[in-house]
Amino acid sequence: MWAFFHKLASPKHFYRITGSWIPWLWAVTLLFMIPGLYLGLWVAPPDYQQGDSFRIMYVHVPAAWMSLFIYVFMAVTGGIGLIWNMKMADIMAASSAPVGASFTFLALVTGAIWGKPMWGTWWVWDARLTSELILLFLYLGYIALHSAIDDPRTAARAAAILAIVGSVNIPIIHYSVEWWNTLHQGPTVTRLDKPAIHPSMLWPLLLMAGAFQVYFFTVLLMRARSELLWRERRARWVRELFGNSAGTTVSNTQSNSDKAVT
Amino acid sequence: MVVSLYPLGISPEPEILRTIAPGVVWIAALLAALFSLENLFKADFLDGTLEQLALSPHPLPLLAASKVLAHWLISGLPMIVLAPLLALLLTMSPAATAALVMTLALGTPLLSLIGAVGTALTVGLKRGGVLLTLLILPLYIPVLIFATNAVSAAAAGMPISGQLYFLGSLLALAITLAPIAIAAAIRISLS
Repeated sequence: MWAFFHKLASPKHFYRITGSWIPWLWAVTLLFMIPGLYLGLWVAPPDYQQGDSFRIMYVHVPAAWMSLFIYVFMAVTGGIGLIWNMKMADIMAASSAPVGASFTFLALVTGAIWGKPMWGTWWVWDARLTSELILLFLYLGYIALHSAIDDPRTAARAAAILAIVGSVNIPIIHYSVEWWNTLHQGPTVTRLDKPAIHPSMLWPLLLMAGAFQVYFFTVLLMRARSELLWRERRARWVRELFGNSAGTTVSNTQSNSDKAVT
Repeated sequence: MVVSLYPLGISPEPEILRTIAPGVVWIAALLAALFSLENLFKADFLDGTLEQLALSPHPLPLLAASKVLAHWLISGLPMIVLAPLLALLLTMSPAATAALVMTLALGTPLLSLIGAVGTALTVGLKRGGVLLTLLILPLYIPVLIFATNAVSAAAAGMPISGQLYFLGSLLALAITLAPIAIAAAIRISLS
């Protein structure tokens, strides 16, 4: 088990192993998403108050969950990279940030589309909406800080500190609905004893949540792999992988000039 | 200064002023912290003092905390002292004024501590100012929300202990952890 994780931490093996995972991950994503969408959009009964417009929930709620999950994931992998100096953890954290920002944006946009017919307005300065917007800014700040620093090592460490400091906001966002009595409805799923939602509506939601989760890991691995190739473009294993062709002489001179600089 | 612009810009009606007063004073405090933050480590970074601090035998978190304390003394403390006067100008009730001073006392050190983390992260960058705003403002928003919420609640005659406890717990968390984060960020910026 541990040997496997150690192998994954090495860029070369990571690239080789995860390459074979990606088609399977796509398959699992579709396996969750197709029944989830079918059950959610056709089979589930219309809500007795909201009619058919509640169905946007099957995108909105998983996207909002993912926006929180990815931030925690980013802070944890950032912390791992900071403490144990792991290159792969840095790449994971940096690759997950844009995906997380997209999910946050998706949650905000679907919420606004749902809010227009339900609340009669696109946007309310309500606790949960505001804190989700703050989360989007946190993601953007992370991305901006990461891209403002040229050296990837320094960028990763600086961004990791920001992510860890920002993670204080995660519980605030999560409990904002319970702490403030606001317009946004309370949680209906996470009550373990008895969910306040009918199984015929709950199952598609869980399927969609699973689909989004696997989708995130699929996209994350794809992004991490391409980021890895870019960072390791002068390493021997990358050059061997691409048949030691055209770019070799260029990258040789580049690495020489790099050495001269350092 | 900023506070006096609001009555001129919006409306001198006492009713309107009273409702917007908590937000006005708090945004002024926030801007005061933000504008002075950029210079917190800049001069020390440019002339090499920051490197000497990092190399000194004293623990860097402690030195960073003293820098933050100095920043709070010039940006936060004047705001607390001036707050009753500003409250008078904005026709706030005595209960709201007391709440305002209490939230400022708990909140402005928090602004300095959080801001110093962002400043330490961006001090080595050429155009850190814009980035600093983007990094820090999202972290300031919860403080702003709790504080103005407390003042509005006090003005309406409701208990505010919940918001004060929350600000206090955030402050306790920041005092213990932020200096460590600032020190780590300084070391990264110097590397």
